[in-house]
Amino acid sequence: MNQLAYLVPLLPLAGFLINGLLRKTLSKRAVSLIGCGVILVAFLISLGLFWEVKSQGPIIQTYFNFIAVEGLTIPFSFQVDALSALFMLIITGVGFLIHVYSTSYMHEETEPHFARYFSYLNLFVFSMLLLVMGGNYLILFLGWEGVGLCSYLLIGYWFKNNDYNYAAKKAFIMNRIGDVGFLLGIFWLIAKLGTLTYGNVFAAAEHLSAVDVTAITLLFFIGATGKSAQIPLYTWLPDAMAGPTPVSALIHAATMVTAGVYMIARSNILYSMSAVTENIIAIIGIATALLAATIAIKQNDIKKVLAYSTVSQLGYMFLGLGVGAYSGAVFHVMTHAFFKALLFLGAGSVIHAMGSEQDIRNMGGLRKYMPVTHITFLLGCLAISGIPPFSGFFSKDEILAAAYAKNPIYWVLGVAGAALTAFYMFRLYATTFLGNFRGTHDQAHHLHESPAAITFPLIVLAILSVVGGWIGIPNVMIPGANVLHHFLEPVLTTEAVTEMPHTTEWLLMAVSVTIAVIAILWALGKFSKRPELNEPSGLGKFLANKWYVDELYNGLVVNPLDRLSNFLKNVVEKSGIDGIVNGVGKFVLYASRQVRLIQSGQVGGYILFMVLAMIVLVLIWINDGYIYTYLSKIF
Amino acid sequence: MNVIQILFWFLSALALVSALMVLLSKNPVHSVLWLVGVFFAISGHYILLNAQFIAIVNLIVYAGAIMVLFLFVIMLMNLNKDTEPQKNIWMKLAGAISAGCFLMILVSLIKQAPELQAKTAMMKEGDIGLIGNLGKALFSTYVVPFEISSILFLSAMVGAVVIGKKD
Amino acid sequence: MPIQYYIFLSLALFCIGIAGVLTRRNAIIIFMSIELMLNAVNLLLVAFSKMHHAVASAVDKVNTVGTDGQIFVFFVMVVAAAEVSVGLAIIVMMYRNAHSVDVNFLNRLKN
Repeated sequence: MNQLAYLVPLLPLAGFLINGLLRKTLSKRAVSLIGCGVILVAFLISLGLFWEVKSQGPIIQTYFNFIAVEGLTIPFSFQVDALSALFMLIITGVGFLIHVYSTSYMHEETEPHFARYFSYLNLFVFSMLLLVMGGNYLILFLGWEGVGLCSYLLIGYWFKNNDYNYAAKKAFIMNRIGDVGFLLGIFWLIAKLGTLTYGNVFAAAEHLSAVDVTAITLLFFIGATGKSAQIPLYTWLPDAMAGPTPVSALIHAATMVTAGVYMIARSNILYSMSAVTENIIAIIGIATALLAATIAIKQNDIKKVLAYSTVSQLGYMFLGLGVGAYSGAVFHVMTHAFFKALLFLGAGSVIHAMGSEQDIRNMGGLRKYMPVTHITFLLGCLAISGIPPFSGFFSKDEILAAAYAKNPIYWVLGVAGAALTAFYMFRLYATTFLGNFRGTHDQAHHLHESPAAITFPLIVLAILSVVGGWIGIPNVMIPGANVLHHFLEPVLTTEAVTEMPHTTEWLLMAVSVTIAVIAILWALGKFSKRPELNEPSGLGKFLANKWYVDELYNGLVVNPLDRLSNFLKNVVEKSGIDGIVNGVGKFVLYASRQVRLIQSGQVGGYILFMVLAMIVLVLIWINDGYIYTYLSKIF
Repeated sequence: MNVIQILFWFLSALALVSALMVLLSKNPVHSVLWLVGVFFAISGHYILLNAQFIAIVNLIVYAGAIMVLFLFVIMLMNLNKDTEPQKNIWMKLAGAISAGCFLMILVSLIKQAPELQAKTAMMKEGDIGLIGNLGKALFSTYVVPFEISSILFLSAMVGAVVIGKKD
Repeated sequence: MPIQYYIFLSLALFCIGIAGVLTRRNAIIIFMSIELMLNAVNLLLVAFSKMHHAVASAVDKVNTVGTDGQIFVFFVMVVAAAEVSVGLAIIVMMYRNAHSVDVNFLNRLKN
C-alpha cells in the first residue's frame, strides 16, 4: 500500500490535466465522472494508507532530489504519518462530497466553464495533498503556494464580475504577504540547519538558539496568519465568498484555511521551544475568534456570516495551538471541516433554491420548503455551537480545557466567543428557516428541495457532524476514549498535558454548555418571530461594517501605496525615466541635426577635417605613453 | 659658409617664396609660373644632391610637360583672370591655421627624433644619382614596375580621352 | 647639409600645399597644390636617399645604397604625369558642365 502513496496527489493532478486540457470536448457527464472519480480513488487509497499508518507507523517515501546543490539537498519526498493521514482523509473525503455536490450546483454553467471549474477543484485537492504529504518544508511550501493559486482562480471563477476579480486579487495578495514571511522562515531554517526535512529539522532543533527559534516560528506564523485568515491578514476570507458556494465550503472553510493549523501542528517541536511565539499565537487566536464573532452577529449575507464564523473558529484552533493543545486544534480542524462544510453546502442549497439570493432578510420560513436542508443545517448549527453530543462540543471543549489550564482568562474569552458563536449561528438559522417567507412572489413560487446530488453530501456531512466528535471524547467522560489523541501522539510529541481535577473539568463543560444554550434560546426567541430587518445603528453599525478594518487597511496601507505608485507612475516614470529615455532620443536627434551640417558636401570641409584628424592622430602617437598611463589608471 | 650652403639657403628661400606665391596670386597663370619657379628651385636642390637624372626629369616632366598642360588648360578655359569668388574668410583662416598646426607638430616631432640627429645628406658627391646607376637599377631590378607604368600611361591616356570626349 | 634642414624644407612645402588645398576654391590651383606636395615628398625622398648613401659610403666607397629612393621618385613622377592628364581632363569636363572650376559647385556628395 505504501508504494501507492504517490498516487494520492497524482490522481487529482491527472484529473486537473484531463479536465483542463480537454474542457472543450468533454461532456459535463464525463467531466463530473473524472473530477469526482479521481478524488474518490484518492480517498480510498488514503483510507488504506491511514490503516497502514495506524498499524505500522509513518511511511516516508523519497522519489528524487528536488534541489541538489553543493551543501543543500532537498529531496522530493512524501511523509505520511498520523497527522498527514488524518488531513488526507479530511481533504479527500470532504473534497469528494463537495465534488459530488458541485456536479449539481454548477450544472447551469456551460461545458468549458464546467470543466474549468472541476479542473481547478482537482488542482486544489492536488496542491492541498502535496501540502500535507510533503516530507519537508519545501514540498509543503509548493502545496502552500498551489492552494493560494487555486483559491485565486476559484474566487475569481466568475471572472466577468469585476468585484469578484477584486476579491480574488485581495485574497492572493493577502496570502502573498503571509507567504513572504513563511519563505523567509524557510530560508532562515536552511541557513541555520541546512536541511528542511521534518525529521532532520526536529532532531536538530535543540541546536537552534532561542532567537532563531522565535524568529523562525514567528515567520512561519506570519505565513499561517495569511493562509488561515488570522489577525491582521484575515480580511480576504470574507471577501473570498465571491467564489461559488462549494468552493467556499471546500477551500475557505474545510481545508485550505486549515493549512496554517497543519503547519504549526507539524512544527509543534519548534513551537514548543518558544514561549513568546506560543503566547502571541494564543493571543492572536483568541482575538481573532472574538473579533470575527462580533462581526458575524450583524452580517446579513448568509455566506458572510459563515465566513466570519470560519475566521472565528480558526481563531479557536490557533488558541489551541498557542496553549499547546495541538491534538485539540487538529481535532477541531476535523470537526470544523465536517460542520462548516455542511453549513456552507446547506447555505448553497438555500441560495440555489432562492435563485442566487444571499440576503437572509429576504428569506425566512424555509423549513417548510426544504426539510432536508433544514434538518442538516440545524445539526450543523448545533455542532458549531458546542452542544453535546455533537462533534463541535468535544473539540471545542478540549481546546477550552487546555486554555483554562494555561490561563483562565483565555477560557473566559473563549467561552464568551462560544456564546457569540451560538448566538449568531442561531440568529442565522432562525432568520433563514423560521418565521414567514419574506422573499418575492417569484422566489416563493420557485422554492423547492434540492436534488439528490446536493442533499446526499448534506446528509453524509450531517452524520459526520454528529458522530465525528466521538473519536475524541475526553478522558473525564469515558477513560481512554480519546482515540484521536492517542493516534496523534507520535507526531504531536510536545502536546501539553492538562491535568486538572475532574470536578473542575465537569464544571467548565457545564458552564460553557449552559452559556451556549442560553445564547441559543435568546437568539431563537429574538429572531424567529421578529427578525432584524432594519439597518443597524450605533454599535451594531460598527459591527456590521466589520469594525471598519477594511477601511483602516485601505487608509493605512492601500491608499498610501496607491498614492506612492501614482507618484511613481506620473512623476518619476513620466518626467524622470521617460524624460531620460526621450531626452536621449531628442539629444541624438538634435545632435545628428547639428552634426549633419558638417557633411556640407564641400570638398574643402572634408579635407579640413582630414587634416585635423591627422593632427590629432600624430598628437596621440607622440603622447601615447601618457595616454596609456592615464587609461591604465582609470581602468 | 661655403658655396653649397649659400646655394642651399638661396634655393630653399626661392622654393618657399615661390610656393607661397602660388597660393597668394589671384591670377591662375601667375600661379602656374610661380609653380614652375618652385620646380626649378627643387631641381636645383637635386643637382646639389648630385641627383642629376632626377633633376633633369623633374625639369622636363614637371616644369616642361605638366606645367604646360596646366597653362594650356587655363588658357583654353579663359581663366587667366581673377575669377575666383570670395571664399568664406573663416574657412580660409581655419585652413591656414590647421596647416600651420600640422607643420608645427611635424617639426617638433622631427626635432625630437633621435635617429635623425647628426645625420647629413651627402652633397655634391656620390654617383647613385647618375643616369648609369639608375638605368641599371631601372632595367634590371625594377623592370616589371617600369613596364607596368607604361600600361598606367596607356590607361591614363584612354581615360583622358574618354572623359574629355564631348558628352 | 644636415638632413633635418631638408626635412624642414619639405615639410614647409608640403604644408603650403595643404594650405593651398584648404584655402583655395579654384580646382586648378588645388591641383597645383597637390603637385607641390608631391614635389615636397620627392625632395625628401632624394634627400633620404643621399643620407643613406652617405652612411653606407663611410663603410664602403663603392656601393649603390639609396638607389631605390631615386627610382621611387621616378615612379612618383610617372604616376603624377598620368594623374595630371586624367585630372585635367576631369577639370575640363567640369568646366564644360558647370562653367566654373569652383570646387564648391561640386557638392553633390551632400545628397
